Amino acid sequence: MVTPENAVICFAGGKGGTGKTTVAANIAASLAKQSHTVTYLDCDVEEPNGHLFLHPHIERRQRVTVPVPKVDINRCTGCGKCAETCQFQAITVVNKKVLVFPELCHSCGGCRLVCPENAIAEVPQEIGTVEIGHAGNIRFVQGQLDIQQVKTPPTIQAVKQHIPENGIAILDAPPGTSCPVVETLQKVDYLVLVAEPTPFGLHDLQLVVEMARVLHLNFGVVINRAGWGDRNTYDYLQKENIPLLGEIPNDRAIATAYTRGELAADTLPQYRDLFTQIAQTILQKTSSTRELCKN
Amino acid sequence: MKVAISCTGENLDAAIDPRFGRCAYFLLVDTETETSQAIANPGAKQPGGAGVQSATTVVQQGAQAVICGNLGPKAAQTLTAAGVKAYASNHATPREALEHLRQQKLSPLN
Ligand code: SF4
Ligand code: SF4
Repeated sequence: MVTPENAVICFAGGKGGTGKTTVAANIAASLAKQSHTVTYLDCDVEEPNGHLFLHPHIERRQRVTVPVPKVDINRCTGCGKCAETCQFQAITVVNKKVLVFPELCHSCGGCRLVCPENAIAEVPQEIGTVEIGHAGNIRFVQGQLDIQQVKTPPTIQAVKQHIPENGIAILDAPPGTSCPVVETLQKVDYLVLVAEPTPFGLHDLQLVVEMARVLHLNFGVVINRAGWGDRNTYDYLQKENIPLLGEIPNDRAIATAYTRGELAADTLPQYRDLFTQIAQTILQKTSSTRELCKN
Repeated sequence: MKVAISCTGENLDAAIDPRFGRCAYFLLVDTETETSQAIANPGAKQPGGAGVQSATTVVQQGAQAVICGNLGPKAAQTLTAAGVKAYASNHATPREALEHLRQQKLSPLN
């Protein structure tokens, strides 16, 4: 069996509540049991919840900062060049007075470059925290955006800096298809889409499939809560030639385990093999993707 | 005095737009000569920073006072820095609001 030494595998799914996090956490646990080196990275920095299932022990915390401009009012002549160059209205000049709005700043550095008086310096603005620890033999990393902060992509980048050189990285993406998800998907080897076999689930799935195709990512689908809903999702996968990586049944025992903050792969012996199998399929797909890329 | 009024239309009898940063037009009224001029609000279509953009625009147009329904924190900060007073109005038209401004019956927003 092909087992890549290192791979970055991302779990995504349309809206929240499809079970993306629980599937990602179960696969991480399952791979770790098969003696792979696994790092789980929660990139849903607005609402990380992987810790609810993995119960990590946090060993260190790092503050995440981005550079924002600070104007030396003794040097500034109020010329307005900085405001003209800023695409985000993060700096403005009214009646020769400069105002900076750090929340709007994208840290592009443009204002500093154009200032003829050299009046602009960069100062760090704190936006979030990255926490690093262990959950059993899984390395655990999660990002958490500060309350009232909106700078999600830089916080995700800070989490992704902890993707190890070796071993398997499991990325838990934020819900949806917007900027934070696209940021998470940068440099991912394989994408696992988690979907429910319902009309809503299918609609969400179609949106993420579109996004994956635009980003030229290789991907497959895990159906969660299989057995309820209808067959339309399966017909769609077949028609679109999208690999079905596995199905997790709609079983009360699994739901109960989740509500207790337990992983089915750990506590329900009857599902251990299922998760092992899905994990193996994902690894196979990931390595064949890599072969394709090399050629 | 020049007053900028957030407006959905282009004259004194159009409806006041309660939003400041994302209103369609600013009606610039010279209270001495009673003349007015409408400018399209460049902030209206801005993905972010609409308040800052709108406030900067009215200051650049020489407004010394602003009438609108609501003012976001960033727009308020920008107007305050420029020494421009903003007033809340729940009146239907700029004409009525101006009358109340003259009678000093509008409540300040910044
Ligand atoms: S760094 Fe870029 S985004 Fe930030 S204020 Fe300067 S020009 Fe605007
Ligand atoms: S470009 Fe420099 S000097 Fe000009 S207004 Fe901005 S900070 Fe002041």
